[in-house]
Amino acid sequence: MLIKIPKASDCHESDVTPESIYLSRRQLLGATAAGIAVSSLPRWASAEDAARYADVEPGKAPAWFAEKLRSTKWGAVNVKDEAITPYKDATHYNNFYEFGTDKGDPAANAGSLKTEPWSVVVDGEVVKPGRYALEDFMKPYQLEERIYRLRCVEAWSMVIPWIGFPISALLKQVEPTSNAKYIRFETLQDPKSMPGQRSGFALIDWPYVEGLRLDEAMNPLAILAVGMYGRELPNQNGAPLRLVVPWKYGFKSVKSIVRISLVSEQPKTTWQSIAADEYGFYANVNPTVDHPRWTQARERRLPNSLFKPNVRDTQMFNGYSDEVASLYTGLDLRKNY
Amino acid sequence: MRYPFWRAGVFIAAAIWPLFWFYQAFADLLGPDPGKVLVDRLGLGTLVFLLITLSMTPLQKLTGWAGWIAVRRQVGLWCFAYVVLHLFSYMAFILGFDWSQLGVELRKRPYIIVGTLGFLGLLALAVTSNRYSQRRLGVRWKKLHRVVYVILGLGLLHMLWIVRADLKEWAIYAFIGAVLLLLRVPTVARRIPRLLAKKQVLQ
Repeated sequence: MLIKIPKASDCHESDVTPESIYLSRRQLLGATAAGIAVSSLPRWASAEDAARYADVEPGKAPAWFAEKLRSTKWGAVNVKDEAITPYKDATHYNNFYEFGTDKGDPAANAGSLKTEPWSVVVDGEVVKPGRYALEDFMKPYQLEERIYRLRCVEAWSMVIPWIGFPISALLKQVEPTSNAKYIRFETLQDPKSMPGQRSGFALIDWPYVEGLRLDEAMNPLAILAVGMYGRELPNQNGAPLRLVVPWKYGFKSVKSIVRISLVSEQPKTTWQSIAADEYGFYANVNPTVDHPRWTQARERRLPNSLFKPNVRDTQMFNGYSDEVASLYTGLDLRKNY
Repeated sequence: MRYPFWRAGVFIAAAIWPLFWFYQAFADLLGPDPGKVLVDRLGLGTLVFLLITLSMTPLQKLTGWAGWIAVRRQVGLWCFAYVVLHLFSYMAFILGFDWSQLGVELRKRPYIIVGTLGFLGLLALAVTSNRYSQRRLGVRWKKLHRVVYVILGLGLLHMLWIVRADLKEWAIYAFIGAVLLLLRVPTVARRIPRLLAKKQVLQ
C-alpha cells in the first residue's frame, strides 16, 4: 500500500487556481495595473467619464468642456450589436490631410494645433452673425453622446462614441434668414501648425470646405462634436469642433471648424472641386453607387486583422435610412452621389 | 559564380523587407488595417525594385564595376516577387478572394487594368529571365526586355491614379524614373563618364 505523506511545501488541491481565473489572468493583471495607474494619476486626469471606454488617453480638457461634460446625456443614440472601435485605432488611423496624407500622420503631427483660444465665425444669411470665443459659442448647448457608425469613402469604417449637439440647436440660436439654403463649414487654415498645408504638391486648395443642404443640417442626426470616448476631441480627430454626419462619407464631416456660413447657393466643397466625378456634394453612403476607383458595396470594419478580415456589406445611408431617406425622395441618387 | 557575397547580401537586403512587414502585420504593429498597409508597401516596393533594376546599367557605366550587372537579374526577379506578393495581398486582404469582384474591378477600374498590364509585363520578363530563354530568343530577347520601360510607365500611371491629394511622393519616383530613362537615350548614354576604376580596366 502506498502511503503518501505530503511534504509541507507540496501544493494542496485547494490551492489550485480555478481555471477560469487562470485563463483570465491577463485581464486580471491588466485591470489591477490599470487600477494602480489610474489611482496614481493627478486629480484632473481621473475624470470618471474618460474611463467609460478602455485605454482612453486622458486629455487636458478646457474648463468649459469639463463643466459641460457633467450634464452630458450619455448614450443618447446607440448602435445595435456593433463593437465600438478601440480608442487607439480611432485616434491613430485618420484622414486629416492638413497634417499629412498618411493615416498615422495626424496622430504624429497634430500636436502642433493650438485649440485654445479658439474662435468660430458665424456669418452669411443669418439674423445673428458674429465671432464667438468657443466657450461662449458652446454655452447654449446640452451635450449628448452619439454612438455612430463612421463610413469612410475609402471603404473602411469604425464605430465612434461622439459627444456633441445637434446643428439644429445652433440654427435656432443664429436664426437663418429665408435666403439661407445651405450651410457651409470651413476648417482652420494655418500653414504654421499644419504641415500638409505647406506642401507644394497638394491638390487641395486650402482651407478645407464642406457643406450641407439646410434640411440635412436640420436632421437630428447631424451634430457638431466637441468630444469622443468620454473626453474632448483629440487634435487629430478635429479638435476642438467638428461636424459629424453619420449617413454621409467621412470626408463630409469637416474638422477643426473656424467658420460656419449660411448661404443661398450650394457651396463649392473641397473634394468635389478636386475630382467631381469621384466625390459628389451629397456623398451619401450608398452601396449601389461605386466610387470610380473601387466598390462601395462592402467595407472593412476596423480593426481588421490579416486572416480574420472584418469585411461587411455597406448599408444604404450607412444604416440610417429610417431617419434620413425622406430627405432625398425624388432625387436621383445615381446622379446626385 | 562571381561576387558570391555581394549577391548574397543583395538577396538578404531584398528578402528582409517583406518578411519584416508580414511579421509586423502578424504582431499587430501595422495599425487597424494591416492588409491595406501591406498592399501599399508591397506595391511601392515593386516600383522601388523596378527603379533599382533600371539603375544597374547606368551605375555599371559610371563606375566600371561589373558587380552591378551581376545582380541585375536578381534585382529584377525581386521586383517580380514583390509584385506577386502585392497581388496576392490585394486578392487576400482587399478582395477577400472574391473572384467575381476581381472581374468587376478588372473591367471597371482603369488603375487596376493598368496595374494588371504591368504585372503581365513583369511576368513575361521573369519567365524569360533564364539563360535558356536568352539563347532561344536570341536577338528578340533584348527587344522583349525593352518592355521594362513600358512597365515603368504603367507602374507610375498605376500609382498616379491612386494618389488622392498630394503628388509629392509620386513626383519623386517619377523624376527618378525619368532620369533613368533619359540615361538610355543613345546620345546621353554615350556621354556617361566613367568615374572610377579606369586604371584597372587598362591593366
